[in-house]
Amino acid sequence: MGATGSNTETFVELIRRASTELPADVVEALEEGRRAESEGGLAGIALNTIIENVDLARDISAPICQDTGTPVVWVHHPVGVSTRALTAEFESAVREATQRKFLRPNAVNTLTGANTGDGAGRGIPFVHFEEWDEPRIEVRMILKGGGSENVGAQYKLPDTKLGAGRDLEGVRRAVLDAVVEAQGKGCAPGVLGVCIGGDRVSAFEHSKRQILRPLKDINPVPELAELEERLLREGNELGVGPMGFGGKTTLLGVKIGVLDRLPACYFVTVTYMCWADRKAGVSIDEGGEVTWLS
Amino acid sequence: MAELKLPVSEERVRSLKVGDFVELTGRIITGRDAAHTWLMKEYRDDVAPFLKDSIIYHCGPVVATNDDGSYNFVAAGPTTSIREEPYQADVIGRYGLRGVIGKGGMGARTLAGLAEHGAVYLHAVGGAAQVLARAIPRVERVFMLEEFGVPEALWVIDVERFPVIVTMDSHGGSLHDEVEERSQAKLRELLGFSV
Repeated sequence: MGATGSNTETFVELIRRASTELPADVVEALEEGRRAESEGGLAGIALNTIIENVDLARDISAPICQDTGTPVVWVHHPVGVSTRALTAEFESAVREATQRKFLRPNAVNTLTGANTGDGAGRGIPFVHFEEWDEPRIEVRMILKGGGSENVGAQYKLPDTKLGAGRDLEGVRRAVLDAVVEAQGKGCAPGVLGVCIGGDRVSAFEHSKRQILRPLKDINPVPELAELEERLLREGNELGVGPMGFGGKTTLLGVKIGVLDRLPACYFVTVTYMCWADRKAGVSIDEGGEVTWLS
Repeated sequence: MAELKLPVSEERVRSLKVGDFVELTGRIITGRDAAHTWLMKEYRDDVAPFLKDSIIYHCGPVVATNDDGSYNFVAAGPTTSIREEPYQADVIGRYGLRGVIGKGGMGARTLAGLAEHGAVYLHAVGGAAQVLARAIPRVERVFMLEEFGVPEALWVIDVERFPVIVTMDSHGGSLHDEVEERSQAKLRELLGFSV
């Protein structure tokens, strides 16, 4: 109900959609990959299973992957909206979605090792807020799995070993190295969100935000558009393949964003999103009218 | 495609080679990070019979409790195996495991353990939680649910035609080593380093 009522039910549905329905552009990219691989080879078998799994999850409204990830959320809101209330509503939604098995109880107390049991915990979910001039609230979310999170990387340029200087060629070298280091462990074929610049914190957030972009969009900065295309091509030439079985389909997309930096720092930050590139968005207008975003 | 029935003999497991596509049928057990340290801390008599000549599945499932108190796997794909690298070879040797199901492959220590004890690493497709849950018709019982929580508990399950690929065998073969070596060489070429 927009700024006045509770949005918890809407957020539960947002989570259900993300967890059980893979976006159309991701499915299309997976199918493209399957066509590129030879029939009956290991890469082909893996992609067949993946696509079968995506269809099944959608049909029975059950999680695509049992690691339902960390809900990472970006909210745009008008002046006067309580971000505290929205955060509380989102946390309630996470608990409810966990109860309804759209999410696994995925929050572990780091000191004691005990699972909180209800899906929520300190820093989980992670909700970012930004005020804007529009009267509606827009919520976009990814479900970020742990296996792929473990293969994310942050490089500090220059990097002598990679021959990577502080320019886009250096960025290219770092990103290709990250893909080889990840092998199949991030559940390839993956989508890379890259941030050039920023500090160690802002850069990871910005690299994750790139995952929200549609796979086929074109970066408005021409040299970054060119680099994204080149890294997608070269990443696939590395031959890691689906699940690291070898093959032509290692990446589904590369999306690069930029933040300004301190003179002393030049970070290249890579978020690796698994093939289960789960994301969903919703817009809630002043009257509480809900529109699902693709 | 070959069928592998559980429990399985050492001889049968040693006949498997990297690249084989296998379907598993029989009883296995899940176990991941907390389970592996727990299994090595002391010998667990109550769990040991479920490991002997069977397979441990690196999996943290989503589980539903039915009205009669029984359990049902709602989503159950593999988790990344490499985290168990420090323990896996010892767990295999100590409990007489014949295999491990996971994703992403494992390292040199496990590969040596597979050869020494006669076991294989079986790769399930990561993220394919529905296709794989469908191949798990029954949950028999669970260990350490209270202490470890749902994802980390040890679930004894029946699998039926559960699809996996042998990516590390008992003869020193590892698909993961092969792919990594090839991709490293390609990277050096793309970066203009002498190969």
